[in-house]
Amino acid sequence: MGLNIKKASVIYPSADGRPPVDALREIDLDIMGDDFVVALGASGCGKSTLLSLIAGFLSPSSGEILLDGARVQGPGADRAVVFQKHALLPWLNVLDNVAFGLKLQGVGQDARYQIARGFIKLLGLGEFERSRVYQLSGGMQQRVGIARALTCDPKVLLMDEPLGALDALTREKAQELILNIWSKTAKSVFFITHSVEEALFMGTKLIVMSPRPGRIAHRFDLPFSRQFLGGAPARQVKASREFIGLREEILKIIFSDEEATV
Amino acid sequence: MTDHPYPNTQPRKKGMFDFLLKAQATKPGETYGVPGQGDTLLLSLTSIAGIIFVWWLVTAMGWVKPLFLPSPGAVLRKFADVWTNGFTNTSLMEHAGVSAARVFGAFILACMVGIPLGLAMGMSPFVRGVFDPPLEFYRPIPPLAYLPLMIIWFGIGETSKVLLIFLSVLAPVALGARSGVKSAAIEQIHAAYSFGASRWQVMRHVILPSALPEILTAMRIGIGFGWTTLVAAEMVAATKGLGYMVLTASQFLQTSTVIMGIIVIAAIAYGFDLLMRFVERKVVPWKGRM
Repeated sequence: MGLNIKKASVIYPSADGRPPVDALREIDLDIMGDDFVVALGASGCGKSTLLSLIAGFLSPSSGEILLDGARVQGPGADRAVVFQKHALLPWLNVLDNVAFGLKLQGVGQDARYQIARGFIKLLGLGEFERSRVYQLSGGMQQRVGIARALTCDPKVLLMDEPLGALDALTREKAQELILNIWSKTAKSVFFITHSVEEALFMGTKLIVMSPRPGRIAHRFDLPFSRQFLGGAPARQVKASREFIGLREEILKIIFSDEEATV
Repeated sequence: MTDHPYPNTQPRKKGMFDFLLKAQATKPGETYGVPGQGDTLLLSLTSIAGIIFVWWLVTAMGWVKPLFLPSPGAVLRKFADVWTNGFTNTSLMEHAGVSAARVFGAFILACMVGIPLGLAMGMSPFVRGVFDPPLEFYRPIPPLAYLPLMIIWFGIGETSKVLLIFLSVLAPVALGARSGVKSAAIEQIHAAYSFGASRWQVMRHVILPSALPEILTAMRIGIGFGWTTLVAAEMVAATKGLGYMVLTASQFLQTSTVIMGIIVIAAIAYGFDLLMRFVERKVVPWKGRM
């Protein structure tokens, strides 16, 4: 059960006389229960293609994606996506943005505002529910994006570099916020990032992807987010010997991929 | 001086056009280097006053004969005269009303047809394929060129007049709506789909609102074309209207009426544009913000 990706490959057909591109080759991945799966890798390794597959924007050239046993045929609210930016609707205020998914599903205004307010509070946006989203800072806009994906009550929450556009300090706070919310909602999460430290800190499972063909090169089980949720301060977790050792090991893998292609 | 690392760097003399080379540092609250930054109200008022002054000067000094350019005072008197006595037995308000009815009627029709058509062209390759050639074919043709056709086909009544203005407004409105469809970010569209939206809902709740700023701009441009076409539309078999008034006055060399009519047309068009800008600020305050 949960989300199962079985031998999924994506091949972009040849164009301009160039050979076809193996964007993803035979990906096997399960995301279930309260898994927090982080995908890490250099640009072009197929992370975003993998997210598009799960979200249902793209169908695999071969293999299949199953959600609770049913084949994924297209996008749906059981796999809501949080994007890096540009995804909020500026003509709606915070409350209507967060309630947007419920509106699409035909939930009446009172009911959807009630649910939306719960998530607005959960993400610490209580006093901003009437604000225009373009008046908010980047970090707050991302919180709106997360809140509105959560209101859809997805089985798997998909996050495509949600913190990539934030400054370093806001980013660390947002990481902690997301972990806290994840532990409260107990959702499956699929999270893409470029940052090794972020990947290690957030995930319970880490997949390191390699380009040409895009594939999962390494898999790790991670303890760090549980340590943080168990009460250890974030910086202390990130400064631990185990964390730093793993961080350097993974950086080495990624850099060797880069060198192979440069 | 030979050991100077940049021996040819001499301080240059200050010239008149130094401001073109390097801008001054800005005051706090402004952003350095924003093109065209600054308030223009005072300059605009001065410019208008300057034009009226030069106009007054050349007429008061007798440099230009009143037949070619009547004085500002004469135009103002003509306005008062037509306001009280009318022109060709029709009051100025009626001339203005008839013209406004033609332009706004055609404008509303053009929006009712052009906006859905443009949106459909943006959304559907089929609709785009079918309507792009005729629209692009007639769009660059001056309305005066197809006015005779309109009259041959639709007679000399209101139909051909309104239709001529309608056509001149239709193309810019449809093209604006069509390109407005592209305004929605792909992330906004993908997010909506991932929340379970249907194609119709994406269109209604994401693409249409994103297109609004461009549609409103296209409407502003479109009504401008409408006023431009008005005089052409009232050239044949009109007995009322501002365009008719200007054309008739010109045939009797009543230059003051011509200029007065032009100013009235400009004033109505400008007033409507101000209204549209106000609507824009109210309806799409988020324009350009995300």
